[in-house]
Amino acid sequence: MLSLLNHTTVTIALGAAILGAVSGSLGSFAVLRRQSLVGDAISHAALPGLVAAYILTGAKSSLVLLTGAAVAGLLGMLIVMLISNTSRVKFDSALGLVLSVFFGLGLVLLTWIQKKPEAAMAGLDRFLFGQAAALLRRDVWMFACVAAVVFSLLAAFWKEFKILAFDRDYGVSLGMPMRSLDIILTGLVTVAIVLGLQTVGVVLMSAMIVAPAAAARQWTNRLGRMVLLAGLFGAGSGVAGAVASTAIQRLPTGPTIVLIAGFVVLVSVTAAPRRGLIAEALRRRHNRQKLRLDAVLCDLFELESQHELATPHGHTAQAIQAMSFGEGPVDKTLAELESRDLAARFGSERWTLTGKGRQRVERMIHKLESGNRHEE
Amino acid sequence: MDGSPGIKPHVVSAEAAAGEPDSTTATPSPGLAIEVSDLTVAYHDRPVLWDVDLEVPAGVLMAVAGPNGAGKTTLIKSMLGLVKPAAGRVLIHGAPYREQRTLTAYVPQRGSVDWDFPTQVLDVVMMGTYGKLGWLRRPGEKQREQAMHCLDRVGMADFWRRQISHLSGGQQQRVFLARALAQDAQVYLMDEPLQGVDATTERAIIDILRELRGQGRTVVVVHHDLQSIPEYFDWLTLLNVRRIASGPVESAFTPENLRRAYGGRVAFLSSRETGIPEKSTALSDVAVPPDEKPDWVR
Repeated sequence: MLSLLNHTTVTIALGAAILGAVSGSLGSFAVLRRQSLVGDAISHAALPGLVAAYILTGAKSSLVLLTGAAVAGLLGMLIVMLISNTSRVKFDSALGLVLSVFFGLGLVLLTWIQKKPEAAMAGLDRFLFGQAAALLRRDVWMFACVAAVVFSLLAAFWKEFKILAFDRDYGVSLGMPMRSLDIILTGLVTVAIVLGLQTVGVVLMSAMIVAPAAAARQWTNRLGRMVLLAGLFGAGSGVAGAVASTAIQRLPTGPTIVLIAGFVVLVSVTAAPRRGLIAEALRRRHNRQKLRLDAVLCDLFELESQHELATPHGHTAQAIQAMSFGEGPVDKTLAELESRDLAARFGSERWTLTGKGRQRVERMIHKLESGNRHEE
Repeated sequence: MDGSPGIKPHVVSAEAAAGEPDSTTATPSPGLAIEVSDLTVAYHDRPVLWDVDLEVPAGVLMAVAGPNGAGKTTLIKSMLGLVKPAAGRVLIHGAPYREQRTLTAYVPQRGSVDWDFPTQVLDVVMMGTYGKLGWLRRPGEKQREQAMHCLDRVGMADFWRRQISHLSGGQQQRVFLARALAQDAQVYLMDEPLQGVDATTERAIIDILRELRGQGRTVVVVHHDLQSIPEYFDWLTLLNVRRIASGPVESAFTPENLRRAYGGRVAFLSSRETGIPEKSTALSDVAVPPDEKPDWVR
């Protein structure tokens, strides 16, 4: 337990938390704009910038290397926009193209410089799959500063980003400079990705953009809460993965973080109230059962209304069975209706509506009629 | 504007084609809400609008009609600066759109947004107030009240907390309408606000549009249902890549103009439905096969 709380672990946990929070909250916008793959393109495009920064300066400090990565990532995104705006190549194809070409260039540069002995010491390959143990205290300070800037910009342009994600053209018609806002938002996503490069790595960083946001969407229907929740999910996965990978030997950081984030998505997609798969299945079952109950109630009502007599009487299950179709035997449905006091046994073989059951059918009929009169 | 406009020879002058404003017509006319001159828009090499001229007086309720692909949406979008024209110019109350943004409100097509976006009805309507709010300011109590008032006008006040993915098509249209009302504009540009709504909602929306006109505002509506044009609107622009006709409904809504706009596709309109006297040629008689249309109309 003590080993979990030592100085290095705290540093690593803090760093992972910040990068998870930043990438998760910004990822919400990428996911809502159906630009999930933008993160993938940026992170892969960042690799040659990172290696080039090392070749040009010989520096090992994260700040220099990550600046190179950010420049290359942004350059890659601009090329994607240029290709899709000026040629007939579609946006997703342009993304795929830039992603693989930039990543290929990055790998070539990486292999080439690793033949030099002093470059191997720089440990550039840690950026491929991430290495939380390499996080230093000054890296965490840098992360914190960057996060402060990102969150202030997010707060400052909140309503603009919201319109950008929901209805871009409407934003233009309101006079908002949507193109500039788009570039600012893409720039922020780039920053988030670059922050994660040394912890999660180039290859898997895009999962930190997509996974927390996809999970958060399941739990809420408000943009603000979704962004907040995505930030929390991102931070949580980051901390859990980074700490686990430093505590347990030979556990790669990036893949561990991504697996945990993936698990959060899995739980959210299945178990979230309302949007989750389980909730949906339950709702469907409930609706089907309600429909079945209502159908049998209506059948009973119709059978009753065919008689003029005011004296109480009943109908056999067979008669009701003959009126209903599909959905198996009515015995079970009748028993369920009885337990809800909507229908009652009349003698041993026959069934009749209770007062409550009759009221319910009348309400249903009224609702249907007024539904037709008003709209929708 | 006289209802039987001769189509101008569609020769674009050199400077207009180069996208330069035509200086001879630069003086704005008073009383006009929208002035479109020599507007040409092309997607890649296909013209969508060709040399369109329009003058829309202030305070009219105008329908924009024409067959699919006639450029109706493109016309609205170029009025808003959402589409960059290859040539021509649009003035809103005498000045380019970017100077008149607070005078103009937009209702996009319902299908243009993702209705599963995580937000509720009131939030969407409040977006209408963002334009006048400016940078760094968050919508407050005043904007909230304004939005609630507009929701009330479209009969959706009870739905203010509803998640937008749980709205029917007609309710989505009314939310968009309320958002435009919240802009409190002089010119309303609406792209098919009656698409996919039932009869009751259609009535309610038309009542609101008439109310806007009654306040001296100008309303432009892309509209699909030819039958209802004479009843709902007082001004009409018929479009089929080129402007076919534009003017008061009485003079623009003629069988001849409809035939020119729709080719053979208006045969279903009987003279009774158009309100055009029997003695005029029945539309089905003058229908032309679509292949007689100019080859750039696709």
